[in-house]
Amino acid sequence: MTTPRTTEAPEWTGRPEEIKAVPVRHPGRWVAAVIVLVLVAMFVHSIVTNPRFEWGVIGDYFLSRRVLEGLEITILLTVVCMAIGIVLGVILAVMRLSANPLLSSASWVYIWFFRGTPVLVQLLLWYNVAALYPQLSLGVPFGPSFVHGNANSLITALTAAILGLGLNEGAYMAEIVRAGILSVEHGQVEAAQALGMTRALTMRRIILPQAMRVIIPPTGNETISMLKTSSLASVITVTDLLFAVQLIYSVNFKTIPLLIVASLWYLIATSVLTVVQYYIERRYARGAARELPQTPWQRIRRGLFTFHDGTASLPAQMPHREGYG
Amino acid sequence: MSTLAEGQPNVQGEGGTPMVLAESVCKNFGRLAVLRGIDLEVARGEVMCIVGPSGGGKSTLLRCINHLEKIDGGRLSVDGELVGYRQQGGKLHELRDREVCAKRAQIGMVFQRFNLFPHMTALDNVIEAPIHVMGVPRAAASELAVELLERVGLKDKLHTYPNQLSGGQQQRVAIARALAMMPKLMLFDEPTSALDPELVGEVLDVMRDLARSGMTMVVVTHEMGFAREAGDTLVFLDQGVVVETGPPPDVLSNPQHQRTQAFLSKVL
Repeated sequence: MTTPRTTEAPEWTGRPEEIKAVPVRHPGRWVAAVIVLVLVAMFVHSIVTNPRFEWGVIGDYFLSRRVLEGLEITILLTVVCMAIGIVLGVILAVMRLSANPLLSSASWVYIWFFRGTPVLVQLLLWYNVAALYPQLSLGVPFGPSFVHGNANSLITALTAAILGLGLNEGAYMAEIVRAGILSVEHGQVEAAQALGMTRALTMRRIILPQAMRVIIPPTGNETISMLKTSSLASVITVTDLLFAVQLIYSVNFKTIPLLIVASLWYLIATSVLTVVQYYIERRYARGAARELPQTPWQRIRRGLFTFHDGTASLPAQMPHREGYG
Repeated sequence: MSTLAEGQPNVQGEGGTPMVLAESVCKNFGRLAVLRGIDLEVARGEVMCIVGPSGGGKSTLLRCINHLEKIDGGRLSVDGELVGYRQQGGKLHELRDREVCAKRAQIGMVFQRFNLFPHMTALDNVIEAPIHVMGVPRAAASELAVELLERVGLKDKLHTYPNQLSGGQQQRVAIARALAMMPKLMLFDEPTSALDPELVGEVLDVMRDLARSGMTMVVVTHEMGFAREAGDTLVFLDQGVVVETGPPPDVLSNPQHQRTQAFLSKVL
């Protein structure tokens, strides 16, 4: 039977019947799930029943004054050193991309040095800087000085830690920022120039905001890494979280429980940072994605849904669009 | 519909000096001579369309006019002032960055790939330079921007990000963005070449309207229909030299030069 040719589009008769098919079975998934569940159960069982975890001791020290003070120092170190690192990183990245060969090679040498030596060595060097320069002074280069002081009293353990970790971080952040700047299309610079924007204005208003999308994920990584790396400061007697618990267990010998206390606090802090990073990323996704990325809660819901019936490729609905406009 | 450039200072001015004057302008990229002695003159209020095969130097010429490229020889001046240099005591002095920026701010440029700022809404794209370059208060800048976006037909897209706009809409925002600086000269670098065919018309309509309003325009284009209809002068540029120039209908229907004939026979 032939159908007559018409120029009109075929008439739309409404929704077609929904497909009902037998879904593909995934026995492998169920086997894997059972294995994982058994392992988790064994682990939980050992945590609960092994008396050497000493959960009572962990509870006693979890909120103790000395641990909280240590945590405070750890957070302070992380925030201050990351702030130094980011500011320094932006400056070094801009220098590195500058047309001035002196500036760009100065930046290259800085990055080369600070990435090329272990941060622990740098911390020890800063801690012992007084051996190299006993007197520190501020004044005209090669001329008279106005302020001077004893390096030993100026560079305390905490300042040495801040200098060591912050300056080292600057080198890593420089490369991250540079990657971000390079990721911005050249047409953006031309458009800004054509509008009469100066280089500095173009960098601040056009390039860096767009570079942020590329810069933020690795910066979040660096922050989390810094939170943990700051524990190296315990080597130069800064009473951060790790050193605080070390001081406690060196007296009462409850080594494992106190290390667990420290680990739990590190985990809590990194979890908080992960959430913060997620929301900053959402903020800078404006104009880049047609839809804002999902909140963790939306993702969890979607994840459950996916495991249940395997429709992973379907984009989830986006009920919220706050942040636009 | 009122005209786009109403109240803008581009048309009036010292009567005699042309808006753009090029005298044997040369530009090399390394050993490649892209412009090899360009002579042309764009009068105030004139719409000049530049056509020619790709690689002929059309875009480079536009970019030189807007100080985006430095010329290597000859003289190029915009509104009676040299591009990129200042003449003082019989010597040429290179302009400082800030002076170059000030010059560029008076010339609007529209790119083939739109180059809107993707992290800003349409409105923010348009008010960015007036606020941060000219120091216009935000309220006044927004008022003008809304007016301009309305005139290019995008009144309902003020708070939309570029990636949610079609190519034609993006290019119209880009034109509004350039006009917000109250330019005395508008440069268009193949403004419709990156557009789907059905979107070309909406951009050309805006440009036609702008041409009627008396804006001085230099348009690099492949749209011969637009050139014939809206252009005052047609320039055929090939291998870095002006091959032929004249009123668009004459050049298009009766090209004198062999290279022009060959090119037009392929595109018309």
